[in-house]
Amino acid sequence: MTDLTSLTLAEARKGLADKTFTSLELTDAHLSAIEKARVLNAFVMETPDQARSMAREADAKIAKGDAGPLAGIPLGIKDLFATKGVRTTACSKILGNFVPTYESTITSQLWRDGAVMLGKLNNDEFAMGSANETSCFGPVGNPWRREGSNTTLVPGGSSGGSASAVAALLCMGATATDTGGSIRQPAAFTATVGIKPTYGRCSRWGIVAFASSLDQAGPIARSVRDSAMLLRSMAGHDPKDTTSVDIAVPDYEASIGKSVKGMKIGIPKEYRLDGMPAEIEKLWSEGAAWLKAAGAELVEVSLPHTKYALPAYYIVAPAEASSNLARYDGVRYGLREQGKTIIEQYENTRARGFGAEVRRRVMIGTYVLSAGYYDAYYLRAQKVRTLIKKDFEDCFAKGVNAILTPATPSAAFGIGEKGGADPVEMYLNDIFTVTVNMAGLPGIAVPSGKDAQGLPLGLQLIGRPFEEETLFSLGEVIEQAAGRFTPARWW
Amino acid sequence: MSTATHKLLKGATGEWEMVIGMEIHAQVTSNSKLFSGASTAFGGEPNSHVSLVDAAMPGMLPVINEECVRQAVRTGLGLNARINLRSVFDRKNYFYPDLPQGYQISQYKSPVVGEGEVLVELDGGRSVSVGIERLHLEQDAGKLLHDRSPTMTNVDLNRSGVALMEIVSKPDIRDAEQAKAYVTKLRSILRYLGTCDGDMEKGSLRADVNVSVRKPGAPLGTRCEIKNMNSINFIGQAIEFEARRQIEILEDGGVIDQETRLYDPNKGETRSMRSKEEAHDYRYFPDPDLLPLEFSQSFVDELKAELPELPDQKKARFVADFGLSAYDASVLVAERESAVFYETVLDKLANRARDGKMAANWVINELFGRLNKEGRDITGSPVSSEQLAAIIDLIGEGTISGKIAKDLFEIVWQEGGDPRALVESRGMKQVTDLSAIEKVVDDIIAANPDKAAQVKDKPQSLGWFVGQVMKSSGGKANPQAVNELLKSKLGI
Repeated sequence: MTDLTSLTLAEARKGLADKTFTSLELTDAHLSAIEKARVLNAFVMETPDQARSMAREADAKIAKGDAGPLAGIPLGIKDLFATKGVRTTACSKILGNFVPTYESTITSQLWRDGAVMLGKLNNDEFAMGSANETSCFGPVGNPWRREGSNTTLVPGGSSGGSASAVAALLCMGATATDTGGSIRQPAAFTATVGIKPTYGRCSRWGIVAFASSLDQAGPIARSVRDSAMLLRSMAGHDPKDTTSVDIAVPDYEASIGKSVKGMKIGIPKEYRLDGMPAEIEKLWSEGAAWLKAAGAELVEVSLPHTKYALPAYYIVAPAEASSNLARYDGVRYGLREQGKTIIEQYENTRARGFGAEVRRRVMIGTYVLSAGYYDAYYLRAQKVRTLIKKDFEDCFAKGVNAILTPATPSAAFGIGEKGGADPVEMYLNDIFTVTVNMAGLPGIAVPSGKDAQGLPLGLQLIGRPFEEETLFSLGEVIEQAAGRFTPARWW
Repeated sequence: MSTATHKLLKGATGEWEMVIGMEIHAQVTSNSKLFSGASTAFGGEPNSHVSLVDAAMPGMLPVINEECVRQAVRTGLGLNARINLRSVFDRKNYFYPDLPQGYQISQYKSPVVGEGEVLVELDGGRSVSVGIERLHLEQDAGKLLHDRSPTMTNVDLNRSGVALMEIVSKPDIRDAEQAKAYVTKLRSILRYLGTCDGDMEKGSLRADVNVSVRKPGAPLGTRCEIKNMNSINFIGQAIEFEARRQIEILEDGGVIDQETRLYDPNKGETRSMRSKEEAHDYRYFPDPDLLPLEFSQSFVDELKAELPELPDQKKARFVADFGLSAYDASVLVAERESAVFYETVLDKLANRARDGKMAANWVINELFGRLNKEGRDITGSPVSSEQLAAIIDLIGEGTISGKIAKDLFEIVWQEGGDPRALVESRGMKQVTDLSAIEKVVDDIIAANPDKAAQVKDKPQSLGWFVGQVMKSSGGKANPQAVNELLKSKLGI
């Protein structure tokens, strides 16, 4: 029998249906892979007992012939998702040993469809970061290394644990969240597939909030098809989240292999940055060529307000975060550091409970919302946001079906290499991805090649609102052309 | 837009005018909270009505309670106000242990209800119109309990997230009397609408009162805000005190600091709570968890069509249909329960058109008078609307006189029972049978020949004879019949 962890989700589904192996076997294979890969620090909480019990349940259902679409498939869950009875911390000290009494809508839908929970995955504290270095549980290692180097690289962030675990074959897929690129950038750094669906496609209920108007959950998976299967279970209207949209969830998997002939693909000139590495440039042209070969039409498009996206994002996101994180005050749950007065208790709790990056963003957010600065910062950033959205709308109005861009400006970098002195250096990682969150659009990152050092690179496809299917069809074309990438095991 | 003259305060330098505006916080009558399904019931065990949303658990999201929106729109309509078909919920950010989210969801720039107007009646038939600036929906906070532990403060989140309407008036109020009348009228409208129970003791209705003073006709002075008033009388006292405090400062050459103050009813004074410099920066911004609140005009129209009759309309109808004086009508409509009682009496009357006005007199003078004397309210009246209607019917149809009716009322009040049956069993019926009275009349004329002779020249002395006959009949003789009989016997 081949190593069960090397299967794609689609292959595992077939194996389970054919009774080639059981979910318990599949789950055990992953649990043992997790144990051997602890050096990656991808999981912050392993739940083997729960996993096996869910696997047995899935096996029973498969035997009875009433298996859900994800029956018996072992998954990892980003620690931002509330899981009933299982510690949920957003990888922040301030939540301490918080154990929710409730299950997030997305994970309940995954369990409803038969999936198995292996444990909770590492992420940047409150999803604030692009390298998974801000987690209170420490950084996550990327299973990929530069050729001939022993340096441990970052997996990207904030969903670094999700990307690393999927790339290292520790789980068949993972939940993730994306506020400015937190699904797509780590997917690109680890040669996995990550899709951030349209804002409102997935419920945010039960996901620890970072920036409510930008946060959107999605899967990280081993293939485009796998990501389509996972998204189908994750998506859907939720009356408990009024920003979720009541549109029927299509069978995303059906869009895999659909012809892309005649589709118009936009290449935005503003994404051609000065000093962009030649490798990225080359990857981008290659991707365009693959899509053209599949019958798509390439057009140059303009998204004129792109350069304002990152600064505007770093106003809107911290502003919302400063308010969303006010509830972590040591009064009702999580960490409490006593003080002589209530103000002192707040100060002690929040100073010790939040890490440096979170504190920085809370302060930025508080500043941009304060009296006298609101108009100059927050209001202006919202206007920029409207313009960015309009850029895309204009582009789609001209018949463009999707836009092709690089996913990241570089490949993965070493732990501690970036952002030490200047946080903006780290923020620049999101340059190709934040526009998509600002406009609320769907975006997928697909592994597309390697750089000179053997590190994976990804391309991003941006779609029209609620047209994730187009992204799956196009993404699969790139996947077919580029092939799949698996890191050599060093752990 | 004051049409009434108002009270000016005399200072050393002449007369001063008060300028008053109010923010009323009215708890919305609804089964569940503004953004969660938890119960709004009063008086539960601490933290027994708290949902995950109310406790601000990680990842929880607010979902608007549509009934609260309907209540706000109803209230807006009752205040003759503009209803905004699109409004926005904002976050008001500040830290306090009774505020689990670290922000209150409120409406800042775009409230659900815009400008409106309330007509406020004052004594002596005067009235004043007070402009409404806006009405918005917001969450209430929880409560801190300081008496459960010697070293800690406890938090009760039962009220956390309960819907409040903040109703902001324009600075149209000019003295304490007007201020009290405004709150009274607003409370009455809310109760008629059923959108707030108006119970100030339970905190369902609280007022923040902004007071400034100026020389009549001068520009507006600096105001102070007196927070959290929960009694109409205290509001009056606080305004008087605060205005005099400000006048004293100004006349001494000082300036008023814009600040928030609290009223101490025991000492009868206001004292500083925090200055403008200490004021919070609330960092308002639109709540990204909630879409703008939007509804159609037809939604508003439907609510408008179902709106109950409000005090002003009811008053006009009472005056037009039953010939009540404006004052009597005001008294009847001031409280919804009183108006309901009066209308129930009307419904049960045999001849509403004939006796409607008499019924009003009876409700106001006999019933309210008696209730006030015993410190009861209308809901605890021992005389039911049915019994009162029966008494009035008996008067109207001539079965008993007004005087006997008062005795009957007393019996019903004390002992209960069917008034008609009581009249029978206790022989209270008015005597209209002429033959029964004739003997008495003849006797009295015979016994007073002098007076009988005089009456032809002095017809007004007929009253003396009527009184004598009534007296000897124990009040049961029909005065009308006695009058007629006497006239014919005395030949006038």
